[in-house]
Amino acid sequence: MDGQLIQNPKIQVRNLEFYYGKFHALKDVNMDIPEKKVTAFIGPSGCGKSTLLRTFNRMYDLYPAQKAEGEILLDGHNILDGKQDVNKLRAKVGMVFQKPTPFPMSIYDNIAFGVKLYERLNKREMDERVEWALKKAALWNEVKDILNQSGNSLSGGQQQRLCIARGIAVKPEVLLLDEPASALDPISTARIEELINELKEEYTIVIVTHNMQQAARASDYTAFMYLGELIEFDRTDTIFVKPSKKQTEDYITGRFG
Amino acid sequence: MLPIYAQRRLVNGFNLAISLLTMGFGLFWLAWILFTLFKYGFSGLSLELFTQMTPPPGSAGGLLNAIAGSLAMTLAAVAIGTPVGIMAGTYLAEFGGRGWLAPTTRFINDILLSAPSIVIGLFIYEIYVVKVGHFAGWGGALALALIVIPVVVRTTEDMLRLVPNSLREAAAALGAPRWKVITLVTWRASKAGMMTGILLAVARISGETAPLLFTALNNQFWSADMNQPMANLPVVVFQFAMSPYEDWHKLAWAGALLITLGVLGLNIVARVLFRHKMQAD
Repeated sequence: MDGQLIQNPKIQVRNLEFYYGKFHALKDVNMDIPEKKVTAFIGPSGCGKSTLLRTFNRMYDLYPAQKAEGEILLDGHNILDGKQDVNKLRAKVGMVFQKPTPFPMSIYDNIAFGVKLYERLNKREMDERVEWALKKAALWNEVKDILNQSGNSLSGGQQQRLCIARGIAVKPEVLLLDEPASALDPISTARIEELINELKEEYTIVIVTHNMQQAARASDYTAFMYLGELIEFDRTDTIFVKPSKKQTEDYITGRFG
Repeated sequence: MLPIYAQRRLVNGFNLAISLLTMGFGLFWLAWILFTLFKYGFSGLSLELFTQMTPPPGSAGGLLNAIAGSLAMTLAAVAIGTPVGIMAGTYLAEFGGRGWLAPTTRFINDILLSAPSIVIGLFIYEIYVVKVGHFAGWGGALALALIVIPVVVRTTEDMLRLVPNSLREAAAALGAPRWKVITLVTWRASKAGMMTGILLAVARISGETAPLLFTALNNQFWSADMNQPMANLPVVVFQFAMSPYEDWHKLAWAGALLITLGVLGLNIVARVLFRHKMQAD
């Protein structure tokens, strides 16, 4: 698929190369991520899909040996530019990880933590924000009476929704999900997928997944990656019904990977 | 039964018996030490211990000045040593990934950790006591602080390393600057472990005699002035136990018991804290 098919790209990746030290992990990746849609990255382990996701909020900056070359345009601005304020970028581009990572504090403070980084809210405004974020993440009814309990006291699926709520609370524009359901049971997974479906009304969502059914169910667009290259990127139904590349077809039909 | 199984049983039984015997050997001496300490120590316990000063030989008295001195110097040592230790340990765990500075610091810290405390006492004697011209409580506090620092550095680093990187990434992904990630998330996640380290450091210094002998020395009388020689339990125990006087011996036993009970209490608190942490995760 050519870039033209995407009408209003939120993120444009141009000639992206990525290195872990000497290892060349991403090779000349070019793609447009559409706004307010769900885009899934699939591919076998080590293909670079998480690496690509982690360039969108410059997560790799934490590790000196990792570096990216090329351009990633968020609303037309190159975020790989040295002048880009990384923390401002991360306010716009939130991320949820594979394993739930509640902070060692109360459920309320977990949500408030990110908000306090950017905004000065009074108690009432903060209460409203916490409630709003927890409602968005479909967790409010389960935790509204235990907001002072530790985030660690929740179940795995609840913890992951808490992390999504925490990400939403700072009002980002893009939400990156790195295998958000792979550590969860099927019921929790279904809830997360429902949630993704609701959130795409307002957010641009990019999700990395090992689970092809999940990609087929939850996403609008799918990118298939293999050995650091973007093999094919198209509407999800096209990828799963009529892929144009043989490698893609082999992977989704389970012949390799 | 097959002969090979009989043989394994035999070997197992033999090794188990040897292990139990060696454990019994160790415990026997420990129990004897504690028994003796309790026998003589408890007979010396009385209210006067906590209300009167160390007496001249032949008259009644207590250990109030020594208890107060020990508490004051321990408190000062922890107040000096803990911030330094936590900062250095944080540096090693959070920023010490590359370069030569962190491995060197870690190596020196390990040496300091196992340095004989008498060397530390002599060091403070040379750079502090000689300069000010007299023994002083601050000298004792400084020497004890030098023992606290490496313990706290080591436990802080170890505990921070137990914090999973995913937690740091999650905080950074919200746009938190590094210092907020460390102070609000990483430290909080290892709070109980770091507290345990501080308590263990206190336990470690509360029985130290050598570093105080050269620095705070001792004081027969009440003194709240840290610039003066200061009474403290370990040196009082040392001096009284070496004396030929019966009533001094009694006080020495009581002092030794107080130190032991204090250390025991600290260890129990540390264990409870650490267990809470483990359960919380």
